[in-house]
Amino acid sequence: MNAATAIFFVLAGLLVIASLMVVFLRRVVHCAIALVTALLLIAILFISLQAPMVGVLQVMVYAGAIMVLFLFVIMFLNPGALEQPSIAWWGLAVILSGLLGAFLVPLLSHYEASDNPVTSTELFGSPDVLAKSLFGEFVLPFEIASVLLLVAIIGAVVLGKREHGSDGAA
Amino acid sequence: MIVDLAIVAVKAFLVLFMVLNLAGVLGWVERKGSALIQDRIGANRASIFGFAGMGLVNTLIADPLKFLTKEDFIPAAGDKLLHTLAPCMALFPALVTFAVIPFGDVLILGDRVINLQVANLNIGILYVFAMGSLGVYGIVIGAWASNNKFSLLGGVRGSAQMISYEVAMGLSVMGILMAYSTLDLQEIARDQGMLIRELLPARLGFLQPVMGWLPAWGVFLQPLGFLLFFTAAVAETKRIPFDLPEGESELVAGYHVEYSGGKFLMFFAGEFAEVVTVAGLVTTLFFGGWQVPYLMRDGFHFPWGSIWLLPHLAVVLLQVAAFTVKVLFFCWLQILLRWSVPRFRYDQVMRLGWKMMLPLALLNVAVTAVIIVAAQ
Repeated sequence: MNAATAIFFVLAGLLVIASLMVVFLRRVVHCAIALVTALLLIAILFISLQAPMVGVLQVMVYAGAIMVLFLFVIMFLNPGALEQPSIAWWGLAVILSGLLGAFLVPLLSHYEASDNPVTSTELFGSPDVLAKSLFGEFVLPFEIASVLLLVAIIGAVVLGKREHGSDGAA
Repeated sequence: MIVDLAIVAVKAFLVLFMVLNLAGVLGWVERKGSALIQDRIGANRASIFGFAGMGLVNTLIADPLKFLTKEDFIPAAGDKLLHTLAPCMALFPALVTFAVIPFGDVLILGDRVINLQVANLNIGILYVFAMGSLGVYGIVIGAWASNNKFSLLGGVRGSAQMISYEVAMGLSVMGILMAYSTLDLQEIARDQGMLIRELLPARLGFLQPVMGWLPAWGVFLQPLGFLLFFTAAVAETKRIPFDLPEGESELVAGYHVEYSGGKFLMFFAGEFAEVVTVAGLVTTLFFGGWQVPYLMRDGFHFPWGSIWLLPHLAVVLLQVAAFTVKVLFFCWLQILLRWSVPRFRYDQVMRLGWKMMLPLALLNVAVTAVIIVAAQ
């Protein structure tokens, strides 16, 4: 086992622990912090795979923007600790996880594991390559996605500004 | 291998040491500077046998001793773990951002070429923004874990303000990235060693005598970008006039109202480390970084043709000294700003960020793009 593989297993182990904490902790803010930890660990995984741009974007977009907005909403609502979910939910979750495992394990067992997870070139995920494919080959889907997001933003603003009549909601 | 690791370790230690100590010294400069501005004498009590040593006693001994011996109070109804974690979350991003800021060109020792920058990332500026966006957590988590209405209000204000100004800050720096066409801060600093006459297209040749002799610093290429970036960066540090998350007159002390002792010291040091980082970034992006005007790798090449050769070590020392002087100047400018401008109202902060700075930053990007395409 070389250094890169060792780092991968340490990161993957921590990632599994952080992800389990997201599911099992009972205070919402603690879950959110665990999720931030998991996202940061994924970013480090990307960086260890020679894709620093993808890793940094992961931190900036998910940990830096989206999760902050989540926390913002959580702080406003300030919910108490979650109650324990019922046996029925546990049963459903176990069945679904079992199904997922039944698909994943055969798939992964056919996969030829390489000794070194770092197989990508330095160019993978570099700003140059990303920009060329985004604004060259995939420019149409990119622009359509941006229009879609713009529509969603305008829709949110319109819904937010709608007069509420007599129901008094603010 | 070992030597390479040692060099990296020494660079990392040096930068961290400088940033932390400069943050401590700034704590004293702020008090003494505010006294100067307000025509008072200011902090003059801390001394050993009458020796105040230019505030050295104050900064290095009295201040930390005072903070570290105070009671560390955790509210009974608060969240103990997160209350302790929050100051670390506030200090960490402020300290690690300086890793990608170059403080000199290359130092050549024998056959070894040392890049005077802790981490030479080809996406340096994105790393800065990623770390900057993590700075919100310290405030939000600290505010929530204190279980206090004042601190919660401060945390909500802080997160909204920081996210708003991150948008304007990201867009304002776009013009610089387009002008130098790189995300690497060392490359940006290196490109600012050119003169404007090397960049002017032939059809603008009549401008040569007027501005051709200026170094191609970011502030000359992107004056609007500099104003927007500096404003947004000051807003990110949450200092007056943008200190709404603290706002003593309304929120007591905002997000850190329940913090005392060492943990408050960490928030305090984090704020000044941010001031140092902002100064470093403004220097690197807009004021030539470590560049001394007309100083090339082998000495001065003046625009009127004369050349003054200097040994390599002198050039490197001049560069590092130039960077330090520029950083100190922008630290002082931020302190001056803090003590001369009154605080905004919250709606004014939001209006400035979204309705004035964001459109201006977009306009700056558009105009820069048109100029770059037209010059080709």
